[in-house]
Amino acid sequence: MAEALFDQVGSEEVIPAPAARRLAGGFTVDRELPMAHLEITQLSKRYGAFVALDGIELAVDEGEFLVLLGPSGCGKTTLLRAIAGLDRQDEGRIVHAGRDISRLPPGQRDYGIVFQSYALFPNLSVADNVAYGLQHGRSDRRLIRQRVEEMLELVGLPGTQAKYPAQLSGGQQQRIALARALATAPDLLLLDEPLSALDAIERVRLRGEIRALQTRLGVTTIMVTHDQEEALAMADRIVVMQRGRIQQIGAPRDIYRQPGNDFVADFIGRGNLLVAERVGPHHARSGDLLLRTGAELPAASTARFYVRPEDIRLHDTLDQGENTFYGHVLKCEFLGPYSLVTLRAPTADGRPLVAQFSSNYLCGREIRPGALLRLGIPAEHLQALPEAA
Amino acid sequence: MILSLPLRWCADGERLPGRLLLVAAAALALFLVLPLLALLIGSVRDDEGAFSLLRFAEFAATPGMATAAWNTLWVAALVTALTVPLAFLYAYAIQRACLPLRGLWRLIGLSALLGPSLVGAIAFIQWFGTQGVLKAWLGGASVYGPVGIVMATVYAAFPHALMILVVALATADGRLYEAADALGASRWRRFRTVTLPAAKYGLISAALVVFAYSVSEFGIPKVIGGNFPVLAVEVYVQVVGQHNFGRGAIVALLLLLPVLFAFAIDTWVQRRQQASLTARAVPYQPRPDRRRDLPLLLYCLLLATAMLGVLGMAMYTSLVRFWPYNLELTLDHYIYGLAEAGVLAAWQNSLKIAALTALIGTPLVFFTAWLLERTPARPAALATAVRAMAALPMGVPGLVLGIGYILFFNSPDNPLNGLYHTLTIMVVATVVHFYTPCHLTAVTALKSLDREFEAVSASLKVSRFVTLWRVTLPVCLPAVLEIARYLFINAMTTVSALVFLYSSETLPAAVAILNLDEAGELGPAAAMATLIVLTSALISLVYSLLTHLLLRRHQAWRNFQR
Ligand SMILES: Nc1ncnc2c1ncn2[C@@H]1O[C@H](COP(=O)(O)OP(=O)(O)OP(=O)(O)O)[C@@H](O)[C@H]1O
Ligand SMILES: [Mg+2]
Repeated sequence: MAEALFDQVGSEEVIPAPAARRLAGGFTVDRELPMAHLEITQLSKRYGAFVALDGIELAVDEGEFLVLLGPSGCGKTTLLRAIAGLDRQDEGRIVHAGRDISRLPPGQRDYGIVFQSYALFPNLSVADNVAYGLQHGRSDRRLIRQRVEEMLELVGLPGTQAKYPAQLSGGQQQRIALARALATAPDLLLLDEPLSALDAIERVRLRGEIRALQTRLGVTTIMVTHDQEEALAMADRIVVMQRGRIQQIGAPRDIYRQPGNDFVADFIGRGNLLVAERVGPHHARSGDLLLRTGAELPAASTARFYVRPEDIRLHDTLDQGENTFYGHVLKCEFLGPYSLVTLRAPTADGRPLVAQFSSNYLCGREIRPGALLRLGIPAEHLQALPEAA
Repeated sequence: MILSLPLRWCADGERLPGRLLLVAAAALALFLVLPLLALLIGSVRDDEGAFSLLRFAEFAATPGMATAAWNTLWVAALVTALTVPLAFLYAYAIQRACLPLRGLWRLIGLSALLGPSLVGAIAFIQWFGTQGVLKAWLGGASVYGPVGIVMATVYAAFPHALMILVVALATADGRLYEAADALGASRWRRFRTVTLPAAKYGLISAALVVFAYSVSEFGIPKVIGGNFPVLAVEVYVQVVGQHNFGRGAIVALLLLLPVLFAFAIDTWVQRRQQASLTARAVPYQPRPDRRRDLPLLLYCLLLATAMLGVLGMAMYTSLVRFWPYNLELTLDHYIYGLAEAGVLAAWQNSLKIAALTALIGTPLVFFTAWLLERTPARPAALATAVRAMAALPMGVPGLVLGIGYILFFNSPDNPLNGLYHTLTIMVVATVVHFYTPCHLTAVTALKSLDREFEAVSASLKVSRFVTLWRVTLPVCLPAVLEIARYLFINAMTTVSALVFLYSSETLPAAVAILNLDEAGELGPAAAMATLIVLTSALISLVYSLLTHLLLRRHQAWRNFQR
């Protein structure tokens, strides 16, 4: 069986055996270790007095697609480069597949990396770029050629061997960079904002392709991005970072629905912060609004809710159901598939609410500034945020 | 073994760049810093070697020194005030007007670089000297003195200023001009509010370079200066004429200070420039405009004629029997003046020095810049030290370096004493003397590569030395060739450092001109200058062909670059 696989990828000499096995989809073979595939403990990094990474704890499972998400300068790249061994951490341990790699130079770790700039070698053909990590000593040319062909097939650019990077579009260049990183069948794939230099359409297309490729190869992947939509669309789990610290780790749905703190709530998607006074285990009052909540409220006297714009519903003008209220339209932005409506509602602090109504929900009805709307927030969408830090 | 490069990725490869950088640092310290220190120390010691400021007192008391210092300063100021506007307008015409044959104007503008600075001095003597055809133009003033010095120095410094200003005017943001046009700004206002501010740093830089050039140039005042005393000639007289190294050191130090000062200012100014051109700038494309182009074309024509007149006169002098009495064309100056007199060996020496300087200097400069820019060579303090040493030669006049070399290598205590007077030390001195511009060229080229090439190689387990060979070097090839050409031509034409280091066997061509002139042999001197100019021109031509062919044949990928 194993031999058949080797024949299939034709890479006995070029690729280390375990990697070849995984490449062929056989990554379930020997996995008894209870430890995570990549485990980071208490990782810290300072630049002078500035703390770039502060006690990072992270465990990545084998075959997982993990996304590091956060605002510019939060330390995503620093973390990725520490994993790659390109910028050494000051403290902390990194264990990869049971091996402590904390102090190892990059060449002794086992990963492939793709940068935002692609970093393709401009003077080498596509084939030479992809084969760059394969040409060691007397490795067989035929095998290398075969491997390059295979990789180009994999990224959807067969037949481009003889071209130079400058002859390719940005998206194509990024695919070649990916092929180059994957050609040596690394155990870990690191991507630093791989899509941010592309235009919007290409970005969406390529992110689907990368994710499909990753699922197919089963290679453990860590990607850095500051685009939350990209993170939500691609990740198995998202790590939200701010100022060198991890704020929350979780599946995209959980991060979006149950943000762990104000920063995460604010950073992922739009939202309205409602401050209310607890009046019962399931009831809170904010200004003129009496709200029933789905989950039981914590004991504290004030509760804070984070309401997503799409969770605000439009009701019939005379509807008197629970959690309904009137709102004055201040502004309406039509954005194609949906409209964003800014409303004044009788909340405690009088801060305007932002609601999002999908266009087919509105059925072509137009919402004008000054109009009075009957709105509601379903009880199950009122989840109290933890206390502000 | 330090120098066996690991080709497959290995842990040792991590420490190797640091060690190699240490070697580079040691070399620069030995051949740049220590000689300068020897100069400093030499100036504060008396004849017994004890500390004393005696030499300074002695120097201050020497009659005529104050005059020489003052002359040096005002001549340099005047040269700067003339050269920079002349070069600016010329550069403006090349870059911002629609002139026919732009390449030709540029070539002629830079032509003075092909020969030693003495070419101008010789030619101006022929045009305006006692027997000069245009003597009347000076209205009774003698060319032997400040007038000749200023004219010849302006001629020699012009291309240095032009190079800087052409670059400064090349990188204009077209959007600003469109904005100015849209606002209906007048021609003059547009020039004042858009062009000048954008070229400000280039102008400052050019002014400082020309000033430093004039202060440290001594071949010109030596040949055309008559009895007009300037500091640079004073150094030469003290050291070469009277073997008074101590006094020479003092004067050299005096020259070093203003030049170092000028370059310190320049470095500071350039650092502030970074942000002036954003990545989104649109290159400015001049549109034809008669009212601007015609006067500028006339201006270029005038200046180009003058420059060709200077170069041509030097060449013509080498071909006529005896200017201006016997204008019969002859090769006598070459045959009897140079070959038979045994001076032609000087030309061969220069060829050797220039070839060696290019062959040794280019890899040295490029590799050191690579270690600095593309490897994590630790410790950081070492990299900082090497950067500082690489920037230093720009602020050290050649003759200061030369005297430093004498004091350091000629000292009987120095184990490297044997190097003195050899071709080796002359090559080393030349590499060091022209190190900074080459270093800057290499650094610029290396910086323009993607930051992550080395990181990618490491992830693919490919040694950084393999990546240097397979990627970095091929991509930087134009810069490497440019460095080689620059080193060759400057080694061919330089006088200042070498004049203190040669022996009768290693006499270089440019110094031979000085000696021939001193002996009153203007014809052979002109012949030697012509030989140098022709050699440099030939090398430039070969360089152009080589780059063209090489880039065409082996670097197909460049054709696709956008
Ligand atoms: N070499 C360095 N020296 C000093 N500070 C640094 C250095 N590298 C990074 N930093 C700082 O560390 C912080 C984290 O940088 P990092 O590159 O990891 O941010 P990032 O999250 O990747 O941001 P971006 O989205 O902009 O890429 C930044 O504030 C940055 O200024
Ligand atoms: Mg980053």
